[in-house]
This record gives sequence, C-alpha cells and structure tokens, in this order.
Amino acid sequence: MTARRSFGAYERIVRGVAWLCLLLVASIAGKAYALLPIQDWKTASGARVLLVVNNDLPMLDVSVDFPAGSGFDAPDKAGLASYTNHLLKLGAGGLSENEISQRTADVGAQLSGRFTADRAGLYLRTLSSTKERDRALDVMTRVLLQPEFPAEALAREKARGIAGLKEADTRPDTIASRAFRRLVFGDHPYGRRAAGEVETVSALTRADLLDFYRRHYVADRAVVSIMGDITRVEAERIAELLTSKLPRGGDAQASMPSVRALERPQSSVLSHPASQAHILVGGPGIRRSDPDYFPIFVGNYILGGGGFASRLNEEVRQKRGLAYSVYSAFVPLLREGPFQIGLQTRGDQAQAALKIVRETLSTFVTSGPSEQELEEAKNNLIGGFPMRIDSNRKIHEYLATIGFYDLPLDYLDRFVENIRKVSVNDIKAAFERRIQPERLVTVVVGGGVEPTAQP
Amino acid sequence: MRVFVLIWLTALSLGWFSAPGETWAAGSSAVHEYRLDNGMRILVKEDHRAPVAVSMVWYGAGSMDEFNGTTGVAHVLEHMMFKGTPKVPMGEFSRKIARAGGRDNAFTSRDYTAYFQTLHRDRLPLALELEADRMTNLLLTKEEFEKEIQVVMEERRWRTDDRPTALLYEALMATALKAHPYRQPVIGWMNDLQNMRVEDARDWYQRWYAPNNAILVVVGNVTGDEVHRLAREYFGAIPPRALPERKPQLEPDQRGMRRVVVKAPSELPSVYLAFRVPKLRDPEKDWEPYALDVLEGVLSGHEGARLTASLVRGSRLAASAGAGYQGTGRGPGFFLLTGTPSEGKTVAELEAALRAEVRRIAEEGVGREELDRVKAQVVAAQVFARDSMFAQASQMGALESIGLSHRTIDIMVDRIREVTPEQVQEVAARYFGDEALTVAVLDPQPLSQKRRAAPPAGARH
Repeated sequence: MTARRSFGAYERIVRGVAWLCLLLVASIAGKAYALLPIQDWKTASGARVLLVVNNDLPMLDVSVDFPAGSGFDAPDKAGLASYTNHLLKLGAGGLSENEISQRTADVGAQLSGRFTADRAGLYLRTLSSTKERDRALDVMTRVLLQPEFPAEALAREKARGIAGLKEADTRPDTIASRAFRRLVFGDHPYGRRAAGEVETVSALTRADLLDFYRRHYVADRAVVSIMGDITRVEAERIAELLTSKLPRGGDAQASMPSVRALERPQSSVLSHPASQAHILVGGPGIRRSDPDYFPIFVGNYILGGGGFASRLNEEVRQKRGLAYSVYSAFVPLLREGPFQIGLQTRGDQAQAALKIVRETLSTFVTSGPSEQELEEAKNNLIGGFPMRIDSNRKIHEYLATIGFYDLPLDYLDRFVENIRKVSVNDIKAAFERRIQPERLVTVVVGGGVEPTAQP
Repeated sequence: MRVFVLIWLTALSLGWFSAPGETWAAGSSAVHEYRLDNGMRILVKEDHRAPVAVSMVWYGAGSMDEFNGTTGVAHVLEHMMFKGTPKVPMGEFSRKIARAGGRDNAFTSRDYTAYFQTLHRDRLPLALELEADRMTNLLLTKEEFEKEIQVVMEERRWRTDDRPTALLYEALMATALKAHPYRQPVIGWMNDLQNMRVEDARDWYQRWYAPNNAILVVVGNVTGDEVHRLAREYFGAIPPRALPERKPQLEPDQRGMRRVVVKAPSELPSVYLAFRVPKLRDPEKDWEPYALDVLEGVLSGHEGARLTASLVRGSRLAASAGAGYQGTGRGPGFFLLTGTPSEGKTVAELEAALRAEVRRIAEEGVGREELDRVKAQVVAAQVFARDSMFAQASQMGALESIGLSHRTIDIMVDRIREVTPEQVQEVAARYFGDEALTVAVLDPQPLSQKRRAAPPAGARH
C-alpha cells in the first residue's frame, strides 16, 4: 500500500515529540477539573504508580519503565541496555523463551519490551477478564522480576544482532543517522547506537546483563502505568506484585553527562549506491524539562513538524517537488535530544534541496513565524487535542511519559494555557537560543554525491 | 508491502489492525447503513469514548484497475486529489483540516483508494464538504501535475528502488503472476511514471471517481442519522456515472516452479516463497481461507510459534523467518514464507527448512493447544481493535470496497474458531507443492560496486 505522505522516519521521530506534549482540551470541554482523573501513589518498594480507570473496553494496558535506556550505556558496552531489555523475555522465572511467548499468546495478550534512549521497560496489553489478566500478569511478573538471561539465548541473539548491524550498515538511512549522531553528540551516550556496534556487542557477557539489570531495574526508580478496566484496589495489588521484588536501591544513581553545544559546523558526505541522497541537518535540541519546551514545540510545528502545513514541506515538496518526505523534529530527552531536519532526494538535486533547507531554517530562526502561522498552529494543536487522548493506548503512553519525566499531574489542565501564551517572539527567542544555523551538522549519504563534494 | 494488511486476521500480530468480532457484536454499537439516491453508500459506527470522528471515503478502484503503460496512475491521482478545486485552491484542503485541529491523508492499494480525516466530531461537516467538493471538481492542472509526478518518483526511489527487500517483493509478484494486474506494483513502474501525463490522471479520475463507486465510512462520537443527513447534504447532489466494465483477468494456472534473483546492495540474503492459494469469496461457505489463516498463526502468530521456535531459536538456521497470508482482496491469493539465513547458512538451506515446516504439518498435523492459542489471539485482537477508531473504520471500508459486507468481520471470527486440526493439515498438504510456487532470492551485492548507469529517462512531458 502506498500513501501520499511518508509515515516512516518522520512519524517515528515526531511521535516521540507528540507524546511528550499532550494538549489541554479545556477550551473544548470547558471543564475546570482534570480531564483525565489520574491517580498516583507509591508502592511499598518506592515505585511510582499512575492509574487511569476506564471501563469502556474489557482490556488493560500495564507498563513498567526504568531509566535504563541506551543513554546509560558505557562507551565500551554500547548495546548493553538494549540487550538487557531484549533478553528479559527470553527465559525467566523457570519459563523458557518459548513458554513465555506461548503462555502470553494463550490468553491473547501482547507482552513487549519498551526501549528509548532514556527509558526501558515492559508493556503488557491484555483482556481484563480475571483469568486472562492474571495469567498474563503472571508471565509479565516473572519476566520482570526473575529474568535468567540464559547464556545460550544471549549468544544467539548477539549473532543475530551483529548480522542485523552489518545489514543496517549497508542502508543509506542508517549510515546517515549514525554519522549524524556521532557528529552531533560526540562521545555522549546519545551519540551511540542503541543496538550497539559489532565490537561492543561481541564482547557482552551474561554478567554484564545481570549487572545492568541489578543497577537499573530498581524498585524506587520504576514507573508503573496502568490504564483500563480495573479497580484501584486491584491496581494497587498489581503494582505491588510487579515491583515488590525488584532489585533495591541500585548503587548507581545513574546520571547522564551533559550534552555539549556544537562549537563549529561539521559535515560528512558519504558515498552509497542509492539513487537518492539521504540528507540530515541538525544539532543538539532541548531537554524535556526545558523552559522553552512549548515555544519550541509550537515553533517546530510551523517549521517542519506540521506535515503539509509546514514551511519546509511547502518549500521543498509543494513548490519544487524535490522530496516525498521532509520534516523537522525535536526529540526532548533527559538531556538535550537531537534536533534534526531530514529528507531524501534524487542525487542531482541534493545541493538544491540542501540550500533551500538551510535558507528556510535560517529565515525561521532569524525572523520567527508570522502571526498567521502561529495562529494556525495553535488552532491545530489546541483543536487537535481530543485525538491525542482518544484511545486507551494513547492515554497509557501519556501516563508513562508524565511518570517518567516527572511532569506535573495537572500537565493536561495547563497545556492549552501553555500553548495559548506562546508568542511569535517566544518562538523566535527560543529558536535563537537553541539553534545556531551557522553551527550545525550536515550529513549527505548516497545519490552519487561524492565524498569530495561540499555539502 | 504487508505493512498495511488491513483486515485479515493474519494481521493479529500487528495489534491495532486486527479485526473485532464477537464481543464487538455484543458490546458495542451496531453499524448503520445508508444509500443515497446517487448510489453512494454510507456506513456509520458509533464510538462515544471521545469527542472525535474518523471519516473515510473509499473509492472502489486501485492499481489492479490500471492498464499497461500507465501503472501507478491510481496512486498518482491520489496525490493529485490534494491539488485543489475552484473553491478550495491548491494546498487549502490540508490547511483547512489542520486549522480545524484535524489530520488527513490517503492511501492506495491494489484494490481500492481511500481518503481520511481524523478530527473533532463537531468538524465532521468540514471533512464531508471538502471530500464532496473534490469528488467532482478537481482541477488537475498540468503545472501541478509536473511537480507532483516528481514527488511520486522520489517516493518510488525511497520506497522501492533503494530498498532491497522491496525490490525483492516487487520481483516476486511480477514473476508469480503473468496475466493478473496484481503483478504491477502499486507505486507503478518508474518508466510509466516518467511518461505519465496529466491526461492519464484525468482519465482515471473521470472513470472511477463517482458517488456510485464510493463508500463513506464514519466511526466516532456521532449518530447514524446525523451522518446520513450530512452526507445527503454534501454528496446528495453529485450525479452518478456509468462505471466501466471490469474484465476478470483471471490468472492462468501455474505449471511449475518459477525462480527469480534480485541483485541489490545489501549484507544479508533473503528468500521469499509465494504459493498460490485461495482467497475468501464466500465468507459463509468457504473454509480453506480460514484454515490457511490458522496455519499462518501456527507458523508465525507469535514469537514462540513454529517458524521462530524451530528455525531461529532451535536449529538457528535463520536470523528471521515468517509466514504471511492475506485472505481478503479482489485478486489472486498467495501464502508467503520468508526468511533470512543466519551467517554461514544459505538461502537454499533455509528454503528447504521453511518448506519442511509446512510439510511437517501436512504429515503430522497440528496440536489442539496450538490451535486454541491462535484462536485466543484472534478473539483478544478483536477487543483490542476496538481501542482504535481508525482501525475500525479501516476494517469496514476495506471489506466493503472489495465487495464483502462489513458483517464479514464477525463471520470470519466465528469460522476461524470452528477450524479443525484436520482442516489445517489438509490445506498444508494441498497447496504447498512445487507446481504453483514462485521463489525470489535476494543476492547481496557489495556497496562499493558501481550501479549500472541509469537508462535514459524517456520522453518527458
């Protein structure tokens, strides 16, 4: 099936952003109380729990997250966080990997790992009927509390993973994003690949995984998010069940280093037989806790986050037909996550497209959006709020984000206000503070563009 | 290409695209059905969980209705549908939807073309007004076409030409079929795109874009009568048009195995096996499609299913292995077995091992436990699908667009639950021989190898 708009990389990145920015529906609903009655408490072991009860559908979503994403990998152990998370399901609590999959499927449940640069955990979707729910939770509990990290499974998964890395390294989009990350983040962990590198993955041992698990999957840093057909009492029981026997007080109050700003522009042009040049432009963006969060969020919608409505799309695709997909995105993380503009275009158009991207960005940073653009962006972001919380899955994700990034529980209630008060000058100032168009990273891969070329 | 397996239950691993069913009938609202005087059909399903509506217009024409020389035109027209009418100039469609807080997009498949908006329920009239306008008033200027066809060519490069496994799938279908238009890629052949003219898009638009070839599907915080009234208001005055006759273009029987090799820059080889199998035509009477679907679930419905358990985790012959079957659609059906061998293993070994797994079922059958597991997943997936208005609308629209009732969803679930181990064994024994098999192999090439010079672009218009 073929669609008019790319849902590829663009969607992956933007979804990350979107989730961190739920808007308030107050203007629509006109209600003074919280839109989603979020209940929160701590378990006896110190884990944080967030709950929204909703009985419309006979189903339940449960996740447990930890600060255990790839950003916590040591340089010589890139891939460790990801393998630890992946191996949880491959043998636990006396169940083999196949038994874990089969028992989950037996009750129609879906159990999967969750993994980003910051977060790692488990996610369960199950029917809420008691028998199905409790069987599914039994598997989840074993996987979370009693992972065995079987050496055999690790050896096999390393071999598969390494084959996957070698394959990925033949793809122009992977080559581009690897080069981009390295130039933007240098030796910061955000610059490393979550899946690791051939050398670092080869060296991983079962002891490494156990150690990472004990230090990072700890009770008092766990965030349990529960959404769906459940009572408060049952939710409390589930939260205790999932967390009471987690490792305690990991010695490493794992902290992540700061991200350094770029000191000068850097570029990398790599040859590849692909017909299209894959282009990335960007640098470090913002933290999730950045006070400029809302101006950046609204501004990016106008620049290149708003799909067809954005400036980049207008200039690159609509006016000139240079690309199928062009976007800009911020990925706010514990530290400054990437800001990037991406597109693919026929090789002989790469320079023309790059020039337009740079001019568009530069103009935006210097002059900001127009009043009309800002108004239209607000109309979309405020009017589109109901679609951000119109399903259990979306609400669940919102709970997990609030819990993990420690956003206020009334975040939703203040969101419209926060969007509304963003001004043209706020956006201009925020972009000027964060983005220096003359000091960005540029990566071009493929399309017959030669490494000697000036990007 | 399996990214959008819209309705069939093979999609149960994809979660939100799975079909609703029994609890659906019992626990949620019925579907309201209407037909306007001009032949346009309307389906409405109420979902009052949020003040949101998903609106979709499905046209009963997809890439399988194209002719040689203009492959890809269904999808090109889909792009052009956003290029303006006298009342709603170029770019304004999406801008109006965005200003209303909504999102819009469209997709084209072999069987149909669909356009959708997701927005606040109060803004549904806007979506319908805009859809009705572009159903008859599309401008289709040469100037906008010349720009957009470039975008589509970029899309083809991005989606297919630079993706080895996409090239492999394209070659597989073009080899497995000789007469039926499913052999053409939805995006079209590059040379056809290079030679396409605005007139081709216009012909397509005039041939297929009529109310009597369209279905409006709305799911959300609305009532059936409300949507019916709005649809009458906006679409009611559009006159119906005679639709062209469709030739059946049935694929002749395959008489022997076919093989094709694709060389592309890549590290790992892959192998795709496509077996010709039946598709669902009569949801009440057919049984083989349901048995094939269960077979697919037994082979690769979850991570502990046979292919992964045996070939990836067991013998470690494969880095990955899977099965795929889409039981609904207007054209011929295929059952796919796919895989990538582990380092040091060959595609020949993997091909033999994949077929051996099916043979084992043909000879020894499947366990009751395995069967129950697949059925449990199907039932749960129906409930999970109700969490997404978009998924619900997609299921109904896709079924109706290919000539099956939306009620088929319930029938399919019931029939799947009735499938017996013997039936699974029987289809495994019947359809997996050499006679109607096509094998496509990806032969990895080093990156450093220079690409063959591109052929001349052909006459540009």
